[in-house]
Amino acid sequence: MAIRASKKRRKIVSFWILLFLSFIWIFPLLWAVGTSLKSTQEITNNVLAIIPKRITFDNYVNLFANYQTYPIFAWLRNSFLVASIHSLLYVLIISMAAYTFGVARWKGRNVVFGIIIATMMIPGVINTIPVFSMVIEFGWLNVDITSFLALIIPGLGGVFGLFIVRQFFLGIPYEIIESAKIEGLGHAGIFFRIVLPLGKSALMVAGLFAFMATWNDYLWPSIIASVIQNPQYYTLQTGLATMQSNTNYEYGQTMAAAIVSIIPVLIVYLFVQDKIIEGVSHTGFK
Amino acid sequence: MEAKTKTINHKLKRLLVLIKKNWVIALLALPFLLAFTAFFIYPLFYGAYISLFKWNLFDSQASVFVGFENYRKVLFGVGEITLWSTYFWNALKNTLIFVVFSVFFLITIPLFIAILLDLEPRFYKVFRVIFFLPTILSVSAVAIIFKWQFDTNNGFINAFIELFGFDRISWLNSQPGAWVAILVTTIWWTIGTNTVIFSAGLKEVDKQMYEAAELEGCNYPQVLWHFSLPSIRPQMFLALINTTIASFGIYGQAEILTSGGPDRSTTVMMMVIRGLLTGANAQPGLATAMAILFGLIIMAVGSVQALYNKRKGAN
Repeated sequence: MAIRASKKRRKIVSFWILLFLSFIWIFPLLWAVGTSLKSTQEITNNVLAIIPKRITFDNYVNLFANYQTYPIFAWLRNSFLVASIHSLLYVLIISMAAYTFGVARWKGRNVVFGIIIATMMIPGVINTIPVFSMVIEFGWLNVDITSFLALIIPGLGGVFGLFIVRQFFLGIPYEIIESAKIEGLGHAGIFFRIVLPLGKSALMVAGLFAFMATWNDYLWPSIIASVIQNPQYYTLQTGLATMQSNTNYEYGQTMAAAIVSIIPVLIVYLFVQDKIIEGVSHTGFK
Repeated sequence: MEAKTKTINHKLKRLLVLIKKNWVIALLALPFLLAFTAFFIYPLFYGAYISLFKWNLFDSQASVFVGFENYRKVLFGVGEITLWSTYFWNALKNTLIFVVFSVFFLITIPLFIAILLDLEPRFYKVFRVIFFLPTILSVSAVAIIFKWQFDTNNGFINAFIELFGFDRISWLNSQPGAWVAILVTTIWWTIGTNTVIFSAGLKEVDKQMYEAAELEGCNYPQVLWHFSLPSIRPQMFLALINTTIASFGIYGQAEILTSGGPDRSTTVMMMVIRGLLTGANAQPGLATAMAILFGLIIMAVGSVQALYNKRKGAN
């Protein structure tokens, strides 16, 4: 009896603490949205308010009107192109490799995969400059548009997504594969007709992670941008950063730009948050 | 003689059968292996090579071989030139300060939240979505929002503490304000991942054990300490290693919030490496040497953590 009562009390206490904490966690976003809807005056003399006295869309209008200095639609387009092409290619490549390392049975597959996994211990910072040197030598940064290749291609060698998808493929019962073999399916048939349909959710998680990582990447695109120096070909993150580093930048416009950059990701998140959270708790990574 | 050709023929046939049976498997892995080799394995060696040169990114023919000069410059300084070694050690110190604090908070706060979530109070799923939300945002958007929160004149935080009669603080241009701002931003941005990892671990713990322990007279904190924490050790270790490596790589928050100031006190390693990479005074060879040394330090710290975990696990 006493235990059940204390359990109930704990639930209530935990509810109130979590409510308080989640308010703190959501607050900066609400304040940012509110501030982007304030007039320049209110930004300085009505700092505390989340909801402005007078809601104005001036910051957004000015931001979009200023598209020649800050081509935010071009940035959105570039980020979207780069992130979606990269994640599609990556999912294609790793789903095939995950078949080799997770479904097909061959001598030494665990050893080879173990070596690949071990390289995850090597920090990426070691590779940044040589890869930068390589994309310059390939000539990818000679023309603005091909600089997207430098944002799309090098990440395809990443091990992390392969790790997630292989882990999932390992869970497919081998009897299913065996019986498919008996029915005369080859590797290609098994891959397309059995493994891919079964592994859809794992591929989606891996694809989402790849998309968000590319969409949100900052250091690498900023290095590439420092060579091409044409704002029309920046990604959203590089664009935002250049906007706020400008000495006479507009507070309200920059905040509006940050909000605009958040909205697409936020929409995707709200739709698939259960998948993402499940993916993280299964793999332990992001 | 004939027998020999026969066995060779036989072996060849078997090899052909093997290839015929397995070429699809090899082909499927090929695109990934190519990308992995070209953009992960090869650059490891190429980077080591670059670090031995006064490297020219845009005309590699013009690069000059200097041996281990770059490493000497970074670690000890050469003759009068101690600038780079000063930068390196200062940045290493700053990065370590950040790593210690950020890892501490990014383990303890998510653990606290995960324990609360594990009680499954009302709306706990909604709370979880909220705590995880910031991790999906980009560092530039997050840093822009918090740069403004911490702004001396128009920031929410100063306006808030003024309500209680405190003076405004110049958060981003003074210490320890600058570190506080960077840490708060980082914590807000990244607690979600570890929270979810810990939650997943706690969910697996047998709840009947809790009740049994409480019947024996343990109070709730004791139950947590003796049952919950030991059973999520694998998750704790994973989170520790992940968070440590991620914290070493800090760049965007510091760059946008403080630009490394005041007085280079928040200049972290990635900022120095990035700064040496392009621009009028670019030193890519030196930057690569720095990156390799830094990478080795990160790996050393990771290995120590792994060893410690293994030893404690054995006990």
